[in-house]
Amino acid sequence: MRYLFKTDYRQDITLWRHRGDLFWYGLLIVVLLLIPYVLSEFYIGELGGVFVFAVAGVGMMLLAGYTGLISLGNAAFLGIGAYTEAILLAHGVPLVVTLPVAGLFTGLFGILIGLPTLRMSGLYLAIATLAFGSIVGTVFQKWDAVTGGFDGFPVPTPDLFGMPVQGANGIYYLSLFVLVVVLWLSANLLRTPLGRAMVAIRDSEISAQSMGIHLARYKTFAFAVSAFITGLAGALFAHYVRYLAPDAFDVLLSVQFVTIVFVGGLGSLHGVIFGALFVRLLPQFIAIIRDDLPFGIGRMPGLEPSLFGFVLVIVILFEPGGIYGRWIKMKNWFQAYPLKRRTSFRRQKSYARSERLR
Amino acid sequence: MSLFRADDIAIRFGGIRAVDAVSFDVNEGEVFSIIGPNGAGKTTIFNLISRIYQPSSGRLYFQDRDITEIPAYRIAGLGIARTFQNIELFANATLLQNLLIGRHCHSTVGVLSQLVFLPAVRREELQHREKAEEVIAFLGLERYRDTLIANLPYGVRKVVELGRALCIEPKLLLLDEPSSGLNVEETEGMGFWIEDIKKDLGITVIMVEHDMNLVRMVSDRVMALNYGKVIALGTPDEVQNHPEVVRAYIGGEG
Ligand SMILES: Nc1ncnc2c1ncn2[C@@H]1O[C@H](COP(=O)(O)OP(=O)(O)OP(=O)(O)O)[C@@H](O)[C@H]1O
Ligand SMILES: [Mg+2]
Repeated sequence: MRYLFKTDYRQDITLWRHRGDLFWYGLLIVVLLLIPYVLSEFYIGELGGVFVFAVAGVGMMLLAGYTGLISLGNAAFLGIGAYTEAILLAHGVPLVVTLPVAGLFTGLFGILIGLPTLRMSGLYLAIATLAFGSIVGTVFQKWDAVTGGFDGFPVPTPDLFGMPVQGANGIYYLSLFVLVVVLWLSANLLRTPLGRAMVAIRDSEISAQSMGIHLARYKTFAFAVSAFITGLAGALFAHYVRYLAPDAFDVLLSVQFVTIVFVGGLGSLHGVIFGALFVRLLPQFIAIIRDDLPFGIGRMPGLEPSLFGFVLVIVILFEPGGIYGRWIKMKNWFQAYPLKRRTSFRRQKSYARSERLR
Repeated sequence: MSLFRADDIAIRFGGIRAVDAVSFDVNEGEVFSIIGPNGAGKTTIFNLISRIYQPSSGRLYFQDRDITEIPAYRIAGLGIARTFQNIELFANATLLQNLLIGRHCHSTVGVLSQLVFLPAVRREELQHREKAEEVIAFLGLERYRDTLIANLPYGVRKVVELGRALCIEPKLLLLDEPSSGLNVEETEGMGFWIEDIKKDLGITVIMVEHDMNLVRMVSDRVMALNYGKVIALGTPDEVQNHPEVVRAYIGGEG
């Protein structure tokens, strides 16, 4: 087991705890860069999808996992980003411009939804964002002059420095790049006053206020950042699906983002990756075992969403730390072996904090 | 010289006059205690000072400046820190992170520079960390530095909340029942810290407290409250032996 000796305050604000971390992250990047040379196109496509969802998951994590604001409207942010990207590209705007603009434009919508919901929390906020999501979905369907309505909207193939970004490989590398940038920005955010203010709001609004944190400003900021990142994911999503249908951005998609965050592990960027893997691979898994299930369960409609819901409930009940929490526990177990303590692996009770002033 | 002054402040909740025409001065460098039976309105006074409640009448002055209209989030920046009766720490963050959140009002770096972690941000982070470490050393919290608050015993959390307030580097510190839930030794420890805070750090303290031993140990002056009204104000002994105070505590309805 590794003991970490801290000799400098700087050690706590770097992104890696020690050289080993740096090595493993570096190796991971190299492996990810080489994967398209090894795996078949199908798997590269699937991994690209995981990256796209991981970007959206980071957006959700900052909002729900770090600021404590649960949104059921993030699919709408994804849609706004996707349509912005597709429409701008169709007008001949280059990718280096459309991508950030898709994020920034969606970020504006984040502020728009953030402002009226400042005084809401918990269930009320979820319902308000749900309403926002369905309004945006309706606009996608009815405003066919711009979105193409139910005819859909073909996404043009973008050029990057003279090379077309297309096929599974193109999406894979583009999404990987955006994911790394977004993770880096979020990690920075979380080690500065901004991120700490978000955590403070999540854990106690009243004392956050007494620490000098402007609740309205930081909640709006959280919504804006979440929307910005989800908008970027939307732009990637547009290239991933290549044909935008207005009903793709419904509440079920939002629930998938929520699932990423809860199943992966609330309050951890690592968790987002685990969550995205889970959410993208579960449907594949269902497809594989579908025909072998008894009683024709496999052909039942709604199998997938109900399974998502079921897993979500199970995780919240039995492993609030999510997959990442479980992983940490396993790692600790192996590092400490054979000095195990039963209580280290027992479930942590997490009590709901009451809203009280006195 | 008076550092803080409440001038005829009042607030009511429905029919209850929680605080009713209360006036007092707090001198620079003193420990000013507020006592009174349950529901007397002590915590409400703190919530009025930290601007969480809006007084229905009266004014609050800090360093001769009218703070009655200032929003709650700017109070820390002015130099007023507080703790809460039922501990309001950031439970899913580590002790160190909690203290660093206390440094929030001293942060000057912009949003974009934080997102890309410019050298200026790094420098400021190190300064915050140094201050937090000073507080950790002052309160002897070294061994819990990286522990999640949720995993700390109650007595330690009470101290962490004090530490978080000190990270604000306040001129005025509001302590809401610092000894509640602590055992005799811990309460005595709290008393020594309050004395150090007053003498070594030069911070003025307003303390709400039920434990009369602690009140006598640290207070320069005491104000007794009942049903939102001031019933006595003076030295600890004067107030404790004041007939109204005795009646409020023993007689209940008086
Ligand atoms: N937000 C509120 N809404 C309604 N009533 C309130 C509110 N805050 C306080 N009160 C009432 O005001 C009165 C004073 O409450 P306060 O919390 O100030 O008492 P306290 O002196 O701190 O008592 P304790 O020693 O129990 O902490 C009580 O009757 C309480 O019920
Ligand atoms: Mg009280």
